[in-house]
Amino acid sequence: MIREINVSEVSNAISDMCINANHFLSDDMKKALYDACDSESSPIGKDILSQLKENLDIAGNDMIPICQDTGMAVIFLEIGQDIHFVGGDLNDAVNEGVRRGYTDGYLRKSVVNDPIIRENTGDNTPAIIHETIVPGDKLKITLAPKGFGSENMSRIFMLKPAQGIEGVKEAILTAVKDAGPNACPPMVVGVGIGGDFEKCALLAKKALTREALSHSDIPWVKDLETEILKEINKTGLGPGGLGGSTTALAVNIETYPTHIAGLPVAVNICCHVNRHVTQVL
Amino acid sequence: MKEIICRMFDDRTEITMEYRLSTPFTKEDIKDLKAGDKVYLSGTIYTARDAAHKRMQESLDNGDPLPFDVNGNVIYYMGPSPARPGHPIGSAGPTTAGRMDKYTPKLLDLGLLGMLGKGKRSPEVHYAIIRNGAVYFAAIGGAGALLSKCIKNSEILAYEDLGTEAIRKLTVEDLPCIVAIDPEGNDIYN
Repeated sequence: MIREINVSEVSNAISDMCINANHFLSDDMKKALYDACDSESSPIGKDILSQLKENLDIAGNDMIPICQDTGMAVIFLEIGQDIHFVGGDLNDAVNEGVRRGYTDGYLRKSVVNDPIIRENTGDNTPAIIHETIVPGDKLKITLAPKGFGSENMSRIFMLKPAQGIEGVKEAILTAVKDAGPNACPPMVVGVGIGGDFEKCALLAKKALTREALSHSDIPWVKDLETEILKEINKTGLGPGGLGGSTTALAVNIETYPTHIAGLPVAVNICCHVNRHVTQVL
Repeated sequence: MKEIICRMFDDRTEITMEYRLSTPFTKEDIKDLKAGDKVYLSGTIYTARDAAHKRMQESLDNGDPLPFDVNGNVIYYMGPSPARPGHPIGSAGPTTAGRMDKYTPKLLDLGLLGMLGKGKRSPEVHYAIIRNGAVYFAAIGGAGALLSKCIKNSEILAYEDLGTEAIRKLTVEDLPCIVAIDPEGNDIYN
């Protein structure tokens, strides 16, 4: 059975999601931040974390975006193969949703039309859209507005298979240490392992949209997530990069099969304002 | 102008101080600031980030005046979200200062005395801070809603076409920040 979805429904959903994501942090991220505030050992670190909690309250109560960098709109669409979109171009509809959300929601327009000429497009479009086709007749939309203070500190490493899991650990720690205070710690670290060059980067981005306190189903990946988080928090970088035991709130790792000659590792760093919302149409 | 709010001690050693500082200030006002001290900034400060710095540099290259007098003043590396009706500004936290490093030494040599942002600075900026007795403050990255409460007025001064990257003249009241690089070049991030 083919199910029809009018693309205007997609625009409406995305517009609301843009406003929601930029004012209200998801429960998983909130809990991670609150837990960190309780366990942080350094006084300055604790002070910063409690100000970040206060910041979240003000954002939600007064409808002021959590962070002024309301990001570039990264959108994952999982499209059921039994859907027939009507009423216009799906990608245009996504961008219309972003345009409306960022304008009506008083969100910052942070997109330039060309990486060298750099004129602001004035409505935060275009979005970054990742589409996959899945079985069924549902449309799952995940929106992750991504700030660039942390995006700029992200890295990809094309390791040799012989470097193995030790090489992977070193790569993640290197990326986090190099990011330092620029990435607005405490961070969330999204890691992709495997695939090829671009698949690996996409896995890392996707990992950031997973719940902060969740773990991979694969035993060695789960162990690595736990171990690396501990290692990162031993660096002493701390909240704001001013010292403390909370450098990262979570490490989320996604994996994919890869080539006999390769071991790609991508580290997509996000600040504590790791925004992600999902809606199913 | 500088006013001491409190001294904090670790056993017998004075470790950090808290100050109230109003803009514009002089080298004398800030010479005792130490990396790690907490400062509440009040007065007029000016926003400028990537694109505005590029334009200011072009103005200087062409021998044209800057949109505001940098002498004794503070630049806030910040591009706000739009203000809702009835509010002076939207979310307004610091952006990564290191992206402005290319342009900063020239502005410091012209008399700029303070910068407010987040993150590390280049060796060239360190030298220029020491050479000019200036200071670099860090505010909490990602606390844009909280920091917006310290901004009482905002007006666009130049480069309006740059949108969020336009130069804004802000009136701030007790904006909390930390001395990240003091006039002697001590750096809290090192």
